[in-house]
Amino acid sequence: MKFLFPIAQRIFYAIALLIAVLVLNFSMLHLAPGDIADTIAQASGGADAEVIEQIRKDYGLDQPFYIQLLKYIGNVLAFDLGHSFFYNQPVTDLILEKLPATLLLVITAQILALIVGVLLGVFSARNPNGLASYVVTFLALFGYAAPVFWTGILLLIAFSLKIPLFPVAGMIDVTVEGGFFARAADIALHLVLPVITLASIFLALYSRLCRASMLEVLGSDYVRTAKAKGLAEREVVFKHALKNALSPVVTLAGLQFSAVVSGAVLVETVFSWPGLGTLALQSIIARDTPTILGILFFSAFVVIVGNLLTDLVLRLIDPRVGSKA
Amino acid sequence: MSSDAEKEFIEKARSPFSEAFEMFRKNHAAVAGLVVLIFIVLAGIFGPYVYPGDPFEMVWAPFSPPGDEGYFLGTDYLGRDLASMLIHGARVSIAIGLSAAFLTVFIGITIGALAGFYRGWVEEVLMRITEFFQVLPTLLFSMVIVALFGATLPMITLAIGLVSWPAVARITRSEFLRIRELEYVMAARACGVSNGKLIFKVILPNALPPIIVQAALMVGSAILFEAGLSFLGLTDPNIVSWGQIIGSNREYILDASYTVTVPGLAIFVTVLAISLVGDGLNDALNPKLRQR
Repeated sequence: MKFLFPIAQRIFYAIALLIAVLVLNFSMLHLAPGDIADTIAQASGGADAEVIEQIRKDYGLDQPFYIQLLKYIGNVLAFDLGHSFFYNQPVTDLILEKLPATLLLVITAQILALIVGVLLGVFSARNPNGLASYVVTFLALFGYAAPVFWTGILLLIAFSLKIPLFPVAGMIDVTVEGGFFARAADIALHLVLPVITLASIFLALYSRLCRASMLEVLGSDYVRTAKAKGLAEREVVFKHALKNALSPVVTLAGLQFSAVVSGAVLVETVFSWPGLGTLALQSIIARDTPTILGILFFSAFVVIVGNLLTDLVLRLIDPRVGSKA
Repeated sequence: MSSDAEKEFIEKARSPFSEAFEMFRKNHAAVAGLVVLIFIVLAGIFGPYVYPGDPFEMVWAPFSPPGDEGYFLGTDYLGRDLASMLIHGARVSIAIGLSAAFLTVFIGITIGALAGFYRGWVEEVLMRITEFFQVLPTLLFSMVIVALFGATLPMITLAIGLVSWPAVARITRSEFLRIRELEYVMAARACGVSNGKLIFKVILPNALPPIIVQAALMVGSAILFEAGLSFLGLTDPNIVSWGQIIGSNREYILDASYTVTVPGLAIFVTVLAISLVGDGLNDALNPKLRQR
């Protein structure tokens, strides 16, 4: 029970946060100049005041704010994020259609950043004056100061224009024929540059934190005991020390969901990756408000659920987390 | 203690300010960053007098490489002088960076100080609000604000400020939580000092060092943020900025890659200089953290 109660509390709190996001979403829609009726009228080439009034009535825009808000929340709870007038599709369908591409990009980039970051962190902690340390220092400076879209364009210039190794844009080459493996290889080839670009932001964070926590753990008593027992250096570092050094890195990675979404928007734009970020930018340019707010809500949902899961994972791998609070 | 040794001791004791300055000066990277930063700020202030006129004006054939006809950075896809655009853009980037960071720090200190000072339900409510703003993906949220309420410079500044303050609020709160329990604060409280004075005159000055470092870094991230927004085209189309040059030229990297690499380099160098200065300030102002 002691383990379950704080989790139930967290879940209840996550739901409250979600409803708060919905209220904010709806209020912004309400406060913004122009409403859906204006958008529809504009899209159909103008309409007189009477028709606009009729559209408002049809969409329930003449009702008081709180009734509209309650209806909106009710709709979202039924997985209905509204209708996109630009794409003429339910927003939920649009998001689900673009989601796999974004997930593929984001998850691959996170895995790459975590693996390389942790390895760099471990090697630079073991040898503070070695090559890995210089790489970590360089990455930390570059990863913070270089705008991610610029990094992407530089990679694009270098590795698909000057040296044509990778495709310039998109996710799938329609001219590629063949079975599953040929297609998978094609997507993988398209994936390389966007993944490296997106990973570059997080690589800096993870490698620096991993180095710091590894240095701390390597100086602790139990590591000295393990060494004194005569265990091999590699075994001590990777089996004993790394386990404890990883905890802060996992925490940090779990807090990056919001940054991941932001980074994905820029990276997808640079590489014309057909995911949620591209959809967000297109719907903003097209002034397709239901889609924009749908994506904002969906990303907040992902961040909240992601934070919740990180919390659970940390409680499972490190029993100290729950007892401290 | 003889009077000579006493004199020497007094001479050696310096004001905290000069000690911090000394620490900063010893950090060569930070000094180099500061020099670069001063140069960029001067370019932003006086550059437009060296390059008078409209940076959007077509001056020469499009895609002229750097050095052609005296345009030492060349021209972009519309034949506009890249050097002139870069100089005019510096002003916008720095102005937005500074004002957005100011707004961020202002909101962050207010929320963090109130939460850390009053504790109880005030802290509970304010920290819930802070967490709420942390779950909204920053770039996406500011894109939505700019899209719904108009792409003007004040709105962009507001959007950046609105999404970035939680970090400052958290630092301020934790500093306030620590300092409010110290003896000199208790002494001031016992003397009947009002809450307002306790917050602004007793606690805040001592909480400032980490906040100043964070504020310096905030200028850098605000510049990156503005660059990202204007790269995506979400900016005032009549005002030139570094990100906007990259965004509008990125279709033409095959013909003229320098129109994208050079403005990006400007952003990179500026933010790098700011982060080096931030590191130097951190060393100078937080001597306890120096071992980390």
